[in-house]
Amino acid sequence: MGRAETLKALRADAAAARLAGLSLPQGAAWANAARQGALALVGAMGLPTKRDEYWKYTDPATLTAGEAPQAALFTPDERPVFDGVDRLRIVFVDGVFDPEMSDDMTGENLEIERLSTAMAKDIHWAKDLYGRLETEGHDPVERPLAALNSAFATDGVVIRATGKVRRPVNVSYLHRAMHSDAILHHVIRVEKGADLTFLENGPAAARLSKVMEVDVADGGAFHHVRTQGRDHERRAVTGSYARLGEGSTYKSFTLTVNGRLTRNETIIHLTGDEAVAHVAGACVGDGKDFHHDDTVFITHDAVACESRQVFKKVLRNGATGVFQGKILVKPGAQKTDGYQISQSLLLDDDSQFLAKPELEIYADDVACSHGSTSGAIDDTALFYLRSRGLPEKQATDLLTLAFLAEALAEIEDERLVDDLRGRLESWLKRHR
Amino acid sequence: MLTIKNLHAELEEEGKKILKGVDLVLEPGKVHAIMGPNGSGKSTLSYILAGREGYEVTEGSAELAGADLLDMEPEERAAAGLFLAFQYPVEIPGVGNMTFLRTAVNAQRKSRGEEELSAGDFLKEVRAKAKTLKIDADMLKRPVNVGFSGGEKKRNEILQMAMLEPKMCILDETDSGLDVDAMKLVSEGVNALRDGKRSFLVITHYQRLLDHIKPDVVHIMADGRIIKTGGPELALEVEHNGYADILAEEGI
Repeated sequence: MGRAETLKALRADAAAARLAGLSLPQGAAWANAARQGALALVGAMGLPTKRDEYWKYTDPATLTAGEAPQAALFTPDERPVFDGVDRLRIVFVDGVFDPEMSDDMTGENLEIERLSTAMAKDIHWAKDLYGRLETEGHDPVERPLAALNSAFATDGVVIRATGKVRRPVNVSYLHRAMHSDAILHHVIRVEKGADLTFLENGPAAARLSKVMEVDVADGGAFHHVRTQGRDHERRAVTGSYARLGEGSTYKSFTLTVNGRLTRNETIIHLTGDEAVAHVAGACVGDGKDFHHDDTVFITHDAVACESRQVFKKVLRNGATGVFQGKILVKPGAQKTDGYQISQSLLLDDDSQFLAKPELEIYADDVACSHGSTSGAIDDTALFYLRSRGLPEKQATDLLTLAFLAEALAEIEDERLVDDLRGRLESWLKRHR
Repeated sequence: MLTIKNLHAELEEEGKKILKGVDLVLEPGKVHAIMGPNGSGKSTLSYILAGREGYEVTEGSAELAGADLLDMEPEERAAAGLFLAFQYPVEIPGVGNMTFLRTAVNAQRKSRGEEELSAGDFLKEVRAKAKTLKIDADMLKRPVNVGFSGGEKKRNEILQMAMLEPKMCILDETDSGLDVDAMKLVSEGVNALRDGKRSFLVITHYQRLLDHIKPDVVHIMADGRIIKTGGPELALEVEHNGYADILAEEGI
């Protein structure tokens, strides 16, 4: 067999193993059709293996395995994230909606319901989005794990913002069972001129597959802040698929500490003129068991859009960080302003940062820049701080937080910035 | 206050000898100046006293008020009362100037077993001291030295010195990159800290600075040693005649 056939066979094997124990959930006709379509895609593509170019730096084996590897439970000693925020809270335990812990799902300018409820309705606006943005995101790179999610997800939230939503919607994911395997799928529509803040926190399960499809209409704004919990052994593959209309905004920040394997994909399609997309992430990882992958693909398909990717990783004791980021500027997407920076701070020689920044530009009047660096703590700065009386460890922590500051600065709410910085500071103290 | 005996040091990696037997005794309350041609080892001496990595002391000793400086970490030297005003203050993006100052002050107090300054007391003190150095609120908020002009950086060094209240201040070419007005401002800042007990070691190329910060003793350093010591008139002599005569006298 040639190389291509071998890869195809490996992908088919991976798909067969994963699909063995699963059966398609039933819902309304449109929902069944969407799920069958997604399943057909998985059948055609197979599931990824580490031989795939797109998974070169991250081995997907544990994400495609039939059974979720177990993950020890972790009880955080900190106040839950977003506790101080006046918000509408929705709780999932190991991937299942928990009505007891969740708030009443109503709010001003807000329609919100469980995915399973929406998918049982014969007529629902989510029909035009569910699995659609995800499928569009397969061009030009196939994303079969997301299609797998669309085929089998039964829970999640479906949200429609019809105006300025004052209280943020906060989805909390609790992990209570050692072997839990969660598949969650959210569909979010921000209508013309509407404004929604969406907060996510928690590890979710031993293994999480999550897809979020976000459609932001003209002039709409979507703000997203996410933390992925402090569990050490959890695994997660997440995909955020967004389509942005004219003059709309999408701003997303993710904080990751710990976790054995995290692959966060963000696929954004700028389809309306003057749309703005900012995606940022900060991660801190300690030990050989830490592997964190940010994969971002932003397509400029309209005039005068702005995109910004800011990713910072602090890695120590053999931890691995991956960044694959692409800006694609389609023909005609003039006046594009694209920026991408990915940096890692390696606190020892054993840790590694693998980066693949890409620009592909088919328009001639654009400004795109990208940079990727990895380095150690600056000796001169360290000496300067120590000469002022800061002990070495405290000085190192201060410089590490300073390194992460650029990514945190992408969050608009300053109280949240302070809160997350405090958590990072505690993490660094614990891991000295 | 500061006693340096027969100090020899070399660059760790290259093994290049830089200090070749420095002797210096600085009494409490005194101001000593060190002048000397480029490459004589002046800045290296200041780095070694402050504990910068990359140098190996091969012989000799340095004591601060009786304590062995060379045996201490840089932060311990700071807590013991040593302060080095850098020739090139370091820019630290992402760390606010005020946060940095407060962290430094409290780290030193903590290591000396003193109570930390409250936020209110600290703010009051830093504002008062910043004002005399013409450092405005914006400079206090910005990241440490980032985007500061040469003069602002040096003023910021003096502000740190004023807040940390060291016993022994080393000023490494604090006059470099300063215009006349800035030099005056910085000198006034330094002079305000002279209290009869605090000692100063002023490293400079030019007599100019010594018009503002009047030294008790002037040393000439060359080829890794102090080759001549005198009163303030020695600085004037250098200003008029350069180093050539002095170097020739010493056979260098």
